[in-house]
Amino acid sequence: MKARVAISYREGVLDPEAVAIERSLRGLGFDTVTGVRRTKLLELDLAETDRAAAEARVREMCDKLLANPVIESYRVEIS
Amino acid sequence: MRAAVVTFPGSNCDRDLVVAMEAVFGTSVRRIWHQESDLPSLDLIGLPGGFSYGDYLRCGAIAARSPVLGAIARHAERGGFVLGICNGFQILTEAGLLPGALIRNAGLAFVCRMVEVEVAETSSAFTRGYTGAATVRLPIAHHDGNYVVDEEELARLEGEGRVAFRYRDNPNGSRGSIAGVLSLRRNVLGLMPHPERAVDPLLGSVDGRPLFSSLLAAVGR
Repeated sequence: MKARVAISYREGVLDPEAVAIERSLRGLGFDTVTGVRRTKLLELDLAETDRAAAEARVREMCDKLLANPVIESYRVEIS
Repeated sequence: MRAAVVTFPGSNCDRDLVVAMEAVFGTSVRRIWHQESDLPSLDLIGLPGGFSYGDYLRCGAIAARSPVLGAIARHAERGGFVLGICNGFQILTEAGLLPGALIRNAGLAFVCRMVEVEVAETSSAFTRGYTGAATVRLPIAHHDGNYVVDEEELARLEGEGRVAFRYRDNPNGSRGSIAGVLSLRRNVLGLMPHPERAVDPLLGSVDGRPLFSSLLAAVGR
């Protein structure tokens, strides 16, 4: 199975890189842009064949390494 | 003083930390490779600055899951001292031994300069020697030193007197201008400034020395 893990900063964590990107877009005249957020996308191949088992495994990976719960939240998609 | 410094792949201040500790402690300091999981009996373990694992994923994230961290957590659990400097601080937060997290500097640039730091808390084994010196000068050199904690945790840290160091002029956007924090039991300290780079007048400051001499006094041998 394949997994996609999207990791982003939690609400309330100010991401200075996203702020800089937004400022740059506005500098280019894209003045309707607000709320730019960056998300890290990881794609994994898994040996599991059961969808629920794969998702549980990936969530475990997120909790142990891939995401830092102090500043980040994550979404998992299995296909 | 039985002290050791850990080296991770990508550490680059490990030798500086050993030299500074040996100069102040007057004893030799062990060097530990990050793969070791069985440590000798120690009073102090230092986690140095650098770019462990190339800062991949998040600064300190991969180092925090290396075998030596289990041994360091047990050492801290027993009340042993742990000192994390710069990347060492990032590793300690990633390992959950200190609260909060360190993200990209608010100004986005790598900041490398001498800064004024307030010793916000002198009642700890790390800072007891800073009596009478409200402000000290220590160098910083980091890209990800922006300390993040939520309101609740910040209030707890302040209330428990666990903010050990605070920038006079916040260089990186850190919440509450925090430069260094203590664990609940006050035996683990993480800080972004480099005390090991401020132990000799030739380096421009000797304000890092009291941190090491405080520890020596606390250990008492």
